[in-house]
Amino acid sequence: MSDHDQGAEPTVVRLANRIGEFFAVFPDREEAIDGVANHIRKFWEPRMRCQLYAYLDGPAAGAGLSELVLAAVIARRALLLPQS
Amino acid sequence: MHYPIIPIKVQEIDYGTPVSRLGTDAEPVTLTIDGFEVTVPKGTSLMRAAVDAGIQVPKLCATDSLEPFGSCRLCLVEIDGRRGTPASCTTPAEAGMNVRTQSPALQKLRKGVMELYISDHPLDCLTCAANGDCELQDMAGVVGLRNVRYGVGETAVAGITGRHHLHLAHAKDESNPYFTYDPSKCIVCNRCVRACEEVQGTFALTISGRGFESRVSPGMDEPFMQSECVSCGACVQACPTATLTEKTVIELGQPEHSVITTCAYCGVGCSFKAEMKGSQVVRMVPWKDGKANEGHSCIKGRFAWGYATHKDRLTKPMVRDKITDPWREVSWDEALAHAAGEFRRIQGTYGRDSVGGITSSRCTNEETYLVQKLIRAAFGTNNVDTCARVCHSPTGYGLGQTYGTSAGTQTFKSVEHTDVVMVIGANPSEGHPVFASRLKKRLRQGARLIVVDPRRIDLVDAPHVKADFHLQLKPGTNVAVITALAHVVVTEGLVNEAYVAERCDPKSFQQWRDFVSKPENSPEAFEQVSGVPAEVVRGAARLYAGGGRGGNSAIFYGLGVTEHAQGSTMVIGIANLAMACGMVGREGVGVNPLRGQNNVQGSCDMGSFPHELPGYRHISDTTVRSQFEAAWGVTLNPEPGLRIPNMLDAALEGSFKALYVQGEDPAQSDPNTQHVAAALSAMECVVVQDIFLNETAKYAHVFLPGASFLEKDGTFTNAERRISRVRQVMPPLSGKADWEVTQAFANALGYPMHYTHPSQIMDEIAALTPSFAGVSFEKIDRLGSVQWPCNETTEEAGTAIMHVDRFVRGKGRFLPTQYVATDEKVTRRFPLILTTGRVLSQYNVGAQTRRTENSRWHEEDRLEIHPHDAEERGVKDGDWVGIASRAGETVLRADVTERVQPGVVYTTFHFPESGANVITTDSSDWATNCPEYKVTAVQVSKVTQLRPMSEWQRDFAEFSQAQAALLAQAHAVQPEATR
Repeated sequence: MSDHDQGAEPTVVRLANRIGEFFAVFPDREEAIDGVANHIRKFWEPRMRCQLYAYLDGPAAGAGLSELVLAAVIARRALLLPQS
Repeated sequence: MHYPIIPIKVQEIDYGTPVSRLGTDAEPVTLTIDGFEVTVPKGTSLMRAAVDAGIQVPKLCATDSLEPFGSCRLCLVEIDGRRGTPASCTTPAEAGMNVRTQSPALQKLRKGVMELYISDHPLDCLTCAANGDCELQDMAGVVGLRNVRYGVGETAVAGITGRHHLHLAHAKDESNPYFTYDPSKCIVCNRCVRACEEVQGTFALTISGRGFESRVSPGMDEPFMQSECVSCGACVQACPTATLTEKTVIELGQPEHSVITTCAYCGVGCSFKAEMKGSQVVRMVPWKDGKANEGHSCIKGRFAWGYATHKDRLTKPMVRDKITDPWREVSWDEALAHAAGEFRRIQGTYGRDSVGGITSSRCTNEETYLVQKLIRAAFGTNNVDTCARVCHSPTGYGLGQTYGTSAGTQTFKSVEHTDVVMVIGANPSEGHPVFASRLKKRLRQGARLIVVDPRRIDLVDAPHVKADFHLQLKPGTNVAVITALAHVVVTEGLVNEAYVAERCDPKSFQQWRDFVSKPENSPEAFEQVSGVPAEVVRGAARLYAGGGRGGNSAIFYGLGVTEHAQGSTMVIGIANLAMACGMVGREGVGVNPLRGQNNVQGSCDMGSFPHELPGYRHISDTTVRSQFEAAWGVTLNPEPGLRIPNMLDAALEGSFKALYVQGEDPAQSDPNTQHVAAALSAMECVVVQDIFLNETAKYAHVFLPGASFLEKDGTFTNAERRISRVRQVMPPLSGKADWEVTQAFANALGYPMHYTHPSQIMDEIAALTPSFAGVSFEKIDRLGSVQWPCNETTEEAGTAIMHVDRFVRGKGRFLPTQYVATDEKVTRRFPLILTTGRVLSQYNVGAQTRRTENSRWHEEDRLEIHPHDAEERGVKDGDWVGIASRAGETVLRADVTERVQPGVVYTTFHFPESGANVITTDSSDWATNCPEYKVTAVQVSKVTQLRPMSEWQRDFAEFSQAQAALLAQAHAVQPEATR
């Protein structure tokens, strides 16, 4: 739905990567992972988080997500994936 | 419910001179005036001391908004032990003085002075516009003038007609749409000239000619409209005669009562006296006891209020099934039942979270609170957002993360104690003019100035103001610059170590120190990226960290900071820098966001963001949520809702179907207009509540007429966290204030609301929000205004300066700020960077100011382009140019100017047909999705068609015409209610 020229990548991928760019510079890796995960948990409505996991669990397997974001969404699945 | 109105006299006490320069707490001195003992702070003039003793010394050239001038020779007094008759305005009170303000000698002197004045003044008092408000007439009465020996006007005395200026009545300057200048009535008191210099700081007026030829002159003997005059009206307010007079006063006469209220334009939040005849506004006069503005105003607040009664106002509810259908005027009940039915139907079909709403930063706190309550409690979803999403949401995030709360740290007045001012991404002269006047006053007193802005804004080089450093960075490189400034502070040993050790979190500080110290974060390393010479960055960092003469540095910033892909990072960078230099937590320092709209602060405070309840408390916090659940009688969803851009995306995906918009216009104000239009078109029910059929309303199915700020009661919160009253001066044209409409909508949805006055809504806010616990209408009415936090732990009037002994979050937290280039990179296809901004005369989407004479100053949005870039494209000043980005294309007229640097173009977005936001893209702040209005890669090319329009502009014109026709049919159809 985005008119952004990024092929099949949903908007949430770009949004998540931008969050990742801020936390990537944190020297403490755990803090960076928590930073990304908590930000998404605090500010993203459930359907956006679902889209992110649908993309991660789909055929693309999260291609295009930055290394940190990928690590965060995998490590914090229980926190981020909405119940139901 | 009836709420008492506190009447304010139209004519207030004029103390003649300002409070003592030494301050109200200066050493007290006691003296005797006309036998009465009076004690005043040292440095107070005798004139002002006399007023304290209950005595008004006659005066003409003195007024308490201006420094004493001592020219009119009316305020003479006698002092025991002193020779002659000194002017009371320029003579400071001293201990033990014995002063007489009235004696036969003084009476004679004053009478003589008045005789001369009146000999050269027309005696058309009965038909004069100042009749009832003329200090010259008053003084003639006060001194007992009974006879003018030299004749009056053209009368001959002993066969001689003296020279006079009466013929100048034919040379009236009516060029300004809001006031006239009649030189025949000028007494050359200099009050207007001094107001322009001292109060406004524009220096547009002067006295031209000498001796008898002396007259007030805008610019170089130009008409007002051709001069540098910015039409703030300070001169009109200062004029003691009818020389400078509001045209509304000429037309309507003197007001009979007045009401104190708060301006509905920018985030300065000026206090105004609405001077009234019945329910008709005669004029708006800035209130001198208003703490945000202290008696000053700008062209918008003082003059641009005529929109409130403009013929385009819509005052009847309307509905239609499809946006291609004609509008149908209906009763309130029918409109609200229709809207409620649609929302419930849509939620039934697509789920509870398929609907949402947008609160308004132009509406009151009470109205905003009520809309978010309606959405959370009656809709049962957290899909609520506010237009702060697209302006200062990064401020909320950045200051929240570092200091613990989302608000400016100071009062505006605090700048009087600032020694080094850093203005970043803000243009106060245009966007926050009344604050700009305060700032310029301080700069004229010697404070130093650093400007960080891609454009050469007014402050960089204004009359008697010059920036010490202008960091003219490339748009999109803020974070590179702030990190480089921090690098200098850290590596040159300029950190305030004691402050940081006492007040900040040591671990995060150490991480930040290590990060900014890296060589890749040095000014030299960033020089190429930002375009700012390293030496300029180093000089600015040293100046800021040192705090100049008195050690106080303050940062003021605007949307040039927030409206970027790294907006939140930049706010954090600013917060880091201020902490590292120890510049937070006392008078004269601080971090101050200049808020765009009048109630941006308030709309954020009131829980308008989808993840936060009022008072910035996360919706997932069970304790907080359960308090609201108990008060509201519902179960609240603990998950954050959709933000505006997410709502629009979801609409296009098909999961978001209905929107309630109060007093906002996303179809014009939000980026990527075509995307917004497509999203609105995809919804099944759009409800717009506004005073005009704005751009968004053209996509609406239900229109609910709104009320202007003159038509309702409530409160606004300005950028200083100052909560001030908005008071109703006329009944709502539609019959309902906005809070009443929201309440009726809630009731139609089956969620009961029964407020009878907005004060009850504020009581509910106070009961549920700790930082507002001490706020009530009664207290605001009593104290004039209060600043949050305001509760049992603060002063009665709340908190003027935040983070005084400790940060709100405890220890201040540093965060590293890695510069990341925006996706909006220049390419061969789009080689220029477009950045956007505002002008003084227009406000935001222009819905209000475009419907006033303010458009005489700015009748179209133009594209500023540097001469080099213009020449390369064969573009001359005034040519039509096409501007294209990856999002869209529009056509504007070029303004070839060196205000912008090569490679950068600039425009404003005040006119919908300009389509500035057709060009801006969906690029947004990483943390808050605040759109990146300030950086768009574009190409500019000359357009040679006869009537040049982009494809979008042609479609827009067609669509607007069609919608106007559909609106016209609403008026043609007999309203159902009266059938």
